[in-house]
Amino acid sequence: MSEGLTSTSYIKHHLQNLVYGKLPAGYERADGTVIEQGTWTLAHSPREAVDMGFWAVNVDTMGWSLVLGLVFSYLFYRVARQAHAGVPGGLQNLIETLVGFVDKCVKETFHGRSDKLIAPLALTIFCWIFFMNLMDLLPVDLLPLVAGWLSGNPHLYFKVVPTTDPNITFGFSLSVFILIVFYSIKIKGIGGFVGELTLHPFGKWMIPFNFLLEGVSLLTKPVSLALRLFGNLYAGELIFLLIAMLGYWQLPLHFVWAVFHILIITLQAFIFMMLTIVYLGMAHEELH
Amino acid sequence: MNFNATLIGQMIAFAVFTWFCLKFIWPPIIHALEERKKTIADGLAAGEKGRHELELARGRFVELTREGKQGAAEIIALAQKRGDEIIDKAKEDARLEGEHLLAAARAEIEQERLQAKEHLRKEVAALAIAGAEQILMREVDRDAHNKVLERISATL
Repeated sequence: MSEGLTSTSYIKHHLQNLVYGKLPAGYERADGTVIEQGTWTLAHSPREAVDMGFWAVNVDTMGWSLVLGLVFSYLFYRVARQAHAGVPGGLQNLIETLVGFVDKCVKETFHGRSDKLIAPLALTIFCWIFFMNLMDLLPVDLLPLVAGWLSGNPHLYFKVVPTTDPNITFGFSLSVFILIVFYSIKIKGIGGFVGELTLHPFGKWMIPFNFLLEGVSLLTKPVSLALRLFGNLYAGELIFLLIAMLGYWQLPLHFVWAVFHILIITLQAFIFMMLTIVYLGMAHEELH
Repeated sequence: MNFNATLIGQMIAFAVFTWFCLKFIWPPIIHALEERKKTIADGLAAGEKGRHELELARGRFVELTREGKQGAAEIIALAQKRGDEIIDKAKEDARLEGEHLLAAARAEIEQERLQAKEHLRKEVAALAIAGAEQILMREVDRDAHNKVLERISATL
């Protein structure tokens, strides 16, 4: 925390993504300059980020998401490539435990026709989200400081926890939503899926009401998935930020909250995985 | 909350990583896990089987030992019996041989006695004749008195 910063600006700064997008011609930048023509650039203020519209990318969270996805893939691939049935070594042991755990969860929860996609999907979700959440345990100023130093701009916006970005969590949950619809139609046919949405719980004389009810319950799934993960991690990050403003007193508090947070990040990754399995299991079931 | 193309980027990344996991990570690991599970199950079954076989072998060992002991005892008894028989037979043979030898010796003694007796008789007869000759102071006609002499010698 540098001199001359208020708590509000400190926190706001930390909650702003590093956005890369196109600013329209004639736009007045944050520093007062007016650009002649449409320019692809990094946003220098939250307002600029908003004005870039939909076709902009959160470079920081997207980048960390990809990096962590690659870390996950590399770690697991390295083990998978030389997986053998003999006595497993350290990393293989850990990863096999994870795979076995996910496999058990899927087998216990998912009763649909066995599908090759569900278990790897669950593993990817669990590990990837866990890695993303794990970023929350790094000191909140560490990576922004490094990024600022590397880029030469000490006030660079830099969010390091991808799951505190709703774009990332909705990216997961919308993909899951698409899979829910896909499997519902694949297993039950279009008619079956539409019937499921309209013909119960109250029979065919209440079709509009049924549709409203079932439609809401269907749409709630991705929204609740994404918001639960986002909310938990966003709140956790916020508390880390508040603790970080306490000067030397932050050390013991930071430790306590970090220990507690270990539970949260694991739990949130697990909940996201389990609910995905449950939703996809429901999509596989012939109801009523 | 400010939605932008990151959402789409994340969905694509998610699809790609899930595909990678499905293709290259999940199958080998789960295969290794299944294989190890099978190996362990096989090992346990083999161990169980081995233990069972050991139990059987132990039973057979006890039975074999018992049979062996019994056989040995039988053989020893038989050998003892046979030994007794051989000793008995040897005793019998010795006794018979002894008797035989005794009988032969007796016969020989008898024969020698008879020979001695004959010899003695002849000597006595000659002595008697010589005595008679001397008494009679003359030559005895052997031919004329042969009969008498023989009779005398027979009575001796």
